[in-house]
Amino acid sequence: MTDHTTTDDAPSDDRSFDDSAPDGGMPVSTASVDAALESLDDDGLTGYNYAYLDEHTKREVRRSMLKAVAIPGHQVPYASRPMPLARGWGTGGIQASLSLLGPEDRFKVIDQGADESVNAANIRRLAETTAEVETTTDTTDADLIQSRHRIPEEVLTAGQRLVLQVPITDALRKVDPSDAANRRRHAHKNYGKMWVHLYENVVEYGEINIASRYPTMVAGRYLMDPSPIPRWDVPKLDDADHLTVLAAGREARIYAVPPHTAVEPLAFEDRDFTVERFPEQACHACGSTDTYLVEVSEESADEDGFETRYACNDSSFCRKRRENPELPKDHHLDREGVDWGPETPDGDASTAQRGGSE
Amino acid sequence: MTLLEAENLQTRYGPGCSQCIASTGDGAGTNQCPHCDTVVACAEADLGVEAGEVLGIVGESGSGKSSLAELLALERDEDATTAGEVRYAGHDGNLLDVDYETRHALRTGEIALVHQHIRDGLNLEFTGGGNVAEKLLSAGNRSYEDVRDRVRTLFEATEIPLARMDDPTSTYSGGMQRRVQIARALATDPDLIVLDEPTTGLDVSVQARVLDMFRRVQREEGVAAIVVSHDLSVVRLLADRTLVMRHGRIVESGLTDRVMEDPHHEYTQTLINSVI
Repeated sequence: MTDHTTTDDAPSDDRSFDDSAPDGGMPVSTASVDAALESLDDDGLTGYNYAYLDEHTKREVRRSMLKAVAIPGHQVPYASRPMPLARGWGTGGIQASLSLLGPEDRFKVIDQGADESVNAANIRRLAETTAEVETTTDTTDADLIQSRHRIPEEVLTAGQRLVLQVPITDALRKVDPSDAANRRRHAHKNYGKMWVHLYENVVEYGEINIASRYPTMVAGRYLMDPSPIPRWDVPKLDDADHLTVLAAGREARIYAVPPHTAVEPLAFEDRDFTVERFPEQACHACGSTDTYLVEVSEESADEDGFETRYACNDSSFCRKRRENPELPKDHHLDREGVDWGPETPDGDASTAQRGGSE
Repeated sequence: MTLLEAENLQTRYGPGCSQCIASTGDGAGTNQCPHCDTVVACAEADLGVEAGEVLGIVGESGSGKSSLAELLALERDEDATTAGEVRYAGHDGNLLDVDYETRHALRTGEIALVHQHIRDGLNLEFTGGGNVAEKLLSAGNRSYEDVRDRVRTLFEATEIPLARMDDPTSTYSGGMQRRVQIARALATDPDLIVLDEPTTGLDVSVQARVLDMFRRVQREEGVAAIVVSHDLSVVRLLADRTLVMRHGRIVESGLTDRVMEDPHHEYTQTLINSVI
């Protein structure tokens, strides 16, 4: 029985009653529920280790991350502890983040491009309370960014680390559900089946139309599932200045793209990899045409119907753009001409392809 | 020039003992060792294939034809214990000992196997074209149009309707699936194709057309072939030379005409006389 279950209000003669309590439960002797809750105020998270996870767990996660960095794109198993939220809600990302965070770090969490979503806010608060880190919504200000489904619009720099949450670790599962067979394929660099998938995609649609989780070769060796980021973000991983760690909680796998690693989305010589196109669309809030846009449906002001508008997916950069519409994505860097994702799409497919520079 | 040479090939299923070879085979009248119950699927098999030649292997069910064919096509059966030597023109050493990468390169390049069972050779969820394309893509071809053109050419050569090219292979008829397998085997211009029972499960008229097509393509491409069949007429039609197998051993070999017209071994005589 820990201290916080006994309150000052409890009469001392109740002890004998506690001892005889049946297995599986011990009544908290207290005058009222409020008094019991009040007695917990002192404790709470002070009982936990720094950054929630115990040191052994953090060490194990870090070791897996080191191995993942040493073999870019290779899926490294790790223990994946139970976390205080359901698997599939970013438990892998949280374990990676909490193992990396130190008191000096500034932490940013994005969920589908937004800092304000409930899940992002809760993960941020968990880090705040347990790791005593500062949090931020400004991409350029963050040391560690945990993200789901997006890589920020602003260029990430050498000191920054990006943790991506991963629901499905193996790109090959799309073509073969057997993990054992797929591990063999990875070992032998035998990706013929994935190529057939791309071939049949072109046969059916005239182009490769894989919306997210685009199969990507890392360092010319391993085929990687880059997590459900849109195609728009995939080129940002190529020869990046920052470290990207991809962590899956449910599948207990970690993989990584170290800085300055070649990352190449699979494509045919005569059927290029293309990013999403937003012909003649701009963000309704900031007017950007060179960011990843999403459709938002809102009730229109005059009618009772719905109106579809386009908006920046990266809400923190959108806020900056609203103040300064000309702000480039590499405004915080000394050098110019940084290659970071696609060029401004103008509706012409050929200019929206890979290799566009800012 | 000899394209492929094989010596003392052996496949067995079971623990094996010192008396396995002596107590099985044609003389013993069984392929199962009475001492340790090991099944000697094939043993003491020596053969050679010249460039552009067609070698037939006949024998009844369980005589070791498929085991021999799998060894020659470098197809590995995890459960079997294999021994022997396969040498291939332009490659050093025993091909049965090579690592996965070399084997994979050989199997996507120089040596192709047409499986007895469709499911072993084709992915039925892929389109027919996709199955043929897989071979080309695995070999490193990265141009969509080139792959597409080659698949189209192969479909024409193997007489599969082009309109069905982009349909799932599971919707194909048995004869078409067989043709897709042959098209797939031909995709990377191999030097040698091993066909394991190319006509099983096809009705007679379709059999005739598939064999006719294969004979034409084989001559046009000048590809060597090893044809394994229990059906004497298939081997008679395609093969220049024939091996007869029984109880895991080669009991007779020679030019196809000679074997068919003047069989020496008692079993071969029975086999030829029993053709309906």
